[in-house]
Amino acid sequence: MSADLYIALPEISLLLLASLVLVVDAFSSDPEHRISFWLTQASLVTVIVLVVTSFPETGQLAFHSSFISDAMSAVLKISMCAITAIVFLYSFEYLKEHNCLKGEYFVLGLFAVLGMMIMSSAYSLLTVYLGLELLSLSLYAMVAMNRDSSSASEAAMKYFVLGALASGMLLYGISTIYGLSGSLQLNDIAAAINSDSINQSFLVFGMIFIIIGIAFKLGAAPFHMWVPDVYQGAPTSVTLFISTAPKLAAFAMAIRVLVDGLLPLMEDWQSILSILAVLSMAIGNVIAISQTNIKRMLAYSTIAHVGYLFLGLIAGTPAGFAGSMFYIISYAIMSMCAFGMIILLGRSDLEAEQLDDFKGLAERSPWFAFIMMCVMFSMTGIPPFLGFWSKWFVLKELVDSGFVTLAAIAVVFSIIGAYYYLRIIKLMYFDKAVSMTAIKASQQMRTVLTINGLAIIVLGLIPNALMTLCLMALTG
Amino acid sequence: MIEQLVFYLFGAVLLISASMVVIMRNPVHAALFLVLAFFSSAAIWLLLQAEFLAIALVLVYVGAVMVLFLFVVMMLDINLVALREGFARYLPIGLTIAILMVIAMGLVVSSDYFVGDEFLVKRTLADDYSNTRELGLTLYTEYLFQFEVAGAILLVAIIAAISLSMSKLKITRSKEPGDQVLVKKEQRLRIVKMKAEKSS
Repeated sequence: MSADLYIALPEISLLLLASLVLVVDAFSSDPEHRISFWLTQASLVTVIVLVVTSFPETGQLAFHSSFISDAMSAVLKISMCAITAIVFLYSFEYLKEHNCLKGEYFVLGLFAVLGMMIMSSAYSLLTVYLGLELLSLSLYAMVAMNRDSSSASEAAMKYFVLGALASGMLLYGISTIYGLSGSLQLNDIAAAINSDSINQSFLVFGMIFIIIGIAFKLGAAPFHMWVPDVYQGAPTSVTLFISTAPKLAAFAMAIRVLVDGLLPLMEDWQSILSILAVLSMAIGNVIAISQTNIKRMLAYSTIAHVGYLFLGLIAGTPAGFAGSMFYIISYAIMSMCAFGMIILLGRSDLEAEQLDDFKGLAERSPWFAFIMMCVMFSMTGIPPFLGFWSKWFVLKELVDSGFVTLAAIAVVFSIIGAYYYLRIIKLMYFDKAVSMTAIKASQQMRTVLTINGLAIIVLGLIPNALMTLCLMALTG
Repeated sequence: MIEQLVFYLFGAVLLISASMVVIMRNPVHAALFLVLAFFSSAAIWLLLQAEFLAIALVLVYVGAVMVLFLFVVMMLDINLVALREGFARYLPIGLTIAILMVIAMGLVVSSDYFVGDEFLVKRTLADDYSNTRELGLTLYTEYLFQFEVAGAILLVAIIAAISLSMSKLKITRSKEPGDQVLVKKEQRLRIVKMKAEKSS
């Protein structure tokens, strides 16, 4: 038992620390919630340290095999906590500026991180589901937190209703698989399927519902309806959060369920994911072109990126899964920088969420225009930026596994997608600014955003560092 | 023999009260019949030796959920006429779904899944067997981790509900106790001098 507790030490510590932040915030009278903010950051750092010090060599099972601590979960947990720490730093600035700072934002954020960590360590379908609910419930509340804004309430309502529907689908799939295989544990399910005593078509029936649940959480077409509305309606700080760390958790969930549990059904899920991937790339890239709101545009860009993420899974090799992991981590870094830029340009009376707000940024602030340019080039997939390598690894593995047509389709859609990314660069460098007001942001925000932007370049110059880590996580 | 009589008694009460929930015009009466329906199904569970579920049903549903439900029904001013408006319009689709469900249930019940000795013979358990104890043992050993995560989910639900409803908007009707204590007589009571009316 105590060995089990040690394996789940990062999760247990995070639960205790989140509760601590909750209590401290309730008793502190500081209207700027500085103590809660720094305590939150300290909690995330503590968890990172705990995960790093207890980095598992091999997979360790705990709690009657419903929880696993392996290299993949460790790498994902470190990334989630690091990304969330930066996201909170941007959010803190945003919430202060827009006068809607609440201590609960950080508490719910920490619980969301706990949910993500549980999802990435889940080794039983029940644990997957509970982690997902913990994450989703926190996110619904975070979207709705700004009660004065009717668009935020609308977004929260849509997110909640569609999210509940997706959870229902997922549960239906889980119960079908449980009924057929007689176990909730992923390795037992795989063994039961391998024993060939179960009707294959019933298994695929259950699996389809599970994939729908995963696709919804990632925001893949045709289950993407909530993404644009939620991204646009939610406060930018929350959009920033939703578009980064939870995507890693959804990726972890896909790997756990599809690879650890349903690997014997690989051919079936490969074909389903291919349809989802092509639809996502098409819908995301084409509809993004006609958007005038940058948050909405980035939402459609997310849908497209999820399509590329699926390509690595379709490849069906450990290297392909590692490519997907590389893709989702680098996407989170880029998305964080893009939304950070929207927060940087915004002021208390104005959300810089229209494309026009980016006009003439090169005159207003050459440095941040340069960073935004890096992000856009990277999202397009232009070398030597990080985004190029993420597409490169995924497509390489896809071609190696023999899906050449799919890879060709992906390349075509990424060329179509280049239009709306490059349009932002054109707006920044070749158009006249609408207003020349100086950018008002704290030194702290500027520094972190600069580091975030430079990370895209540096990681793009040494892509093998991150790729080796991802490979180790999925093959080790 | 006695057991069968008790079963049919509670079964009949359950069926009647469940149909009354739908038929009753007054929502408060409907809610009270739902309480009766829950109570009789708890009794049936007790007959099936599932005493923990029976107790939980009475404590949680009858004791907490239905009381809350009654409060909501009584507090909200439900316009019954508006609720009944679409009855004729939705009748065909509702009837179709109802018939489909009856057919589906009939197929499930009449299929060969429920035929066999294990469904006919009632398992007799030892006198000291307690399924509360067995549930507790499984819940706190095998499913300990999931149990704790479920606890965290409930905590998040509490935090979310409180932080969403305790906003500093004008619509909240909270009072400052300090101001209430410090209130002066003059602020509440105004004495107006006026002539006494003469009786005519």
